[in-house]
Amino acid sequence: MAIEHADVLRAAHLARVGLSEDEATGYVDDLSRILKMVDQLQAVDTQDIIPLAHPLDATQRLRPDEVTEHSQRERFQACAPAVTDGLYLVPRVVE
Amino acid sequence: MMQWETVIGLEVHVQLATQSKIFSGASTAFGAEPNTQACAVDLGMPGVLPVLNENAVAMAVKFGLAVDAEIPETSLFERKNYFYPDLPKGYQTSQMAQPIVGPGKVEITLDDGSTRSVRIHHAHLEEDAGKSLHEDYHGMTGIDLNRAGTPLLEIVSEPDMRSAKEAVAYIKALHAIVTYLGISDGNMAEGSMRCDVNVSVRPKGQAAFGTRAEIKNVNSFRFVEKAIAFEVERQIELIEDGGQVVQETRLFDPERDETRGMRTKEEANDYRYFPCPDLLPVTLDGAYVDHQRALMPELPSEKRRRFENQLGLSAYDAGVLASSRAMAEYFEAVKDVCGDAKQAANWVQGELSANLNRENLEIGDSPVTAEQLGGLIQRVMDDTISGKAAKQVFQALWDGEEDSADAIIEARGLKQVTDTGAIEGMIDQVIADSPVQVAQYREADESKRGKMIGYFVGQVMKASRGTANPQQVNSLLKQKLDQA
Repeated sequence: MAIEHADVLRAAHLARVGLSEDEATGYVDDLSRILKMVDQLQAVDTQDIIPLAHPLDATQRLRPDEVTEHSQRERFQACAPAVTDGLYLVPRVVE
Repeated sequence: MMQWETVIGLEVHVQLATQSKIFSGASTAFGAEPNTQACAVDLGMPGVLPVLNENAVAMAVKFGLAVDAEIPETSLFERKNYFYPDLPKGYQTSQMAQPIVGPGKVEITLDDGSTRSVRIHHAHLEEDAGKSLHEDYHGMTGIDLNRAGTPLLEIVSEPDMRSAKEAVAYIKALHAIVTYLGISDGNMAEGSMRCDVNVSVRPKGQAAFGTRAEIKNVNSFRFVEKAIAFEVERQIELIEDGGQVVQETRLFDPERDETRGMRTKEEANDYRYFPCPDLLPVTLDGAYVDHQRALMPELPSEKRRRFENQLGLSAYDAGVLASSRAMAEYFEAVKDVCGDAKQAANWVQGELSANLNRENLEIGDSPVTAEQLGGLIQRVMDDTISGKAAKQVFQALWDGEEDSADAIIEARGLKQVTDTGAIEGMIDQVIADSPVQVAQYREADESKRGKMIGYFVGQVMKASRGTANPQQVNSLLKQKLDQA
């Protein structure tokens, strides 16, 4: 599977990563090589293999349903660019 | 004229009634000061790790069992990636490929009492996002992340509903199940149940589905019905005018009673799901599932059948009383005190519901307790008071005048007079005071007398200040008037 310039720009936009035209061109080559390797892997018969969800062979531990965290709003908001009335302020978003 | 059929599928987000969040120990209590319940995990601070809340898992499993669903041994959490300021991590931790609840079914009851089954495609656990406040904060948007990380169970139906009424019946059935199970408070006004509605139309008889629109932001039973009605009309008109329905997300505006297309960017739906590396697969063995099953209360459909078969209530009464757990428990408590299911059902659905509706109260807020209402019904059944006096007593209980029906009956002197001698004395007085009416009555034809006797009954009841037993007054009056 070949990757095109537009695919790279689209992936970069989805991840909100800024790329220059030169960088994008470089990634077209890099990503194409990675995909070629994936193509090679596709040749293996994985019919009866259960997809691996996690490399650790363990299951999720659960935690009791208890409130253990209390407000540290002032500390968290100390590094926020703008706050008012306890709210974080962000550039206006319109739906 | 083309006949159209509506096809509806629903995605219902139920906020689970846990104390703490799905992946952190922050509180989920509603209405706190902004951002006082958003901890480092909820904010997506660097280096934090999520740990799954065992109660959220138990609640999801109970829901699955209540809808006869398969509970897979393994389920997985995945990341749904998108950027929005109220989603601090840049992804929502959710489930897609292997959700916690597999296919199931819900029985819905329509207005005419008939039932049908709606298939559940699956239900999955996920975290809620925060809230964006678009009021003007110096030209900026305010973000409150208290809700971020609140556990949600998203219940996805198959496109099995064919009318707005069926969709409403389905949501009501889900609402009853989650509130019975105690896994959600079901408070739609506070957003504890939110619906996305998928609607399409197709010519009647056509097997293939039409193109659907997804309507978001539908947060009450009434809005579901209105949003669907509007959307169906819009789609049919569009097609009949030669247009085509576009697959899109629309927003319901309850103020204008219409749906509007949302401005969406092309890549808006490219969520790039992948397994969350911070969370391991969740495994639930048979013993765990059996344990959860053992903890489940009687469910609405079981209760409805028991009310019908064991208590002898009509299908309609049983359906209404079993529709909410609070209502069913209140009714059963009244029945236990007064010993008569039919009377208890009549009072709960009649006088009590009328008063609750008028004052816009939930049954849990009723000023009249089940104990008090049961005590009142007892006094009607043993003829201590008349049905008319009972309504007065109920109102006095409602207004909090005394704390039992007996105390009110005593204080107001409402005890019914059943002593024949006393009633006869009053009747004789009324007859003596009404010579004209008595003469008219006695001249009248037998067929007209039934109506005319009402005047005398009224006078006697007035003389007794409503305490005479009306049946006795009636028969004694008839004897005396017909004697002449």
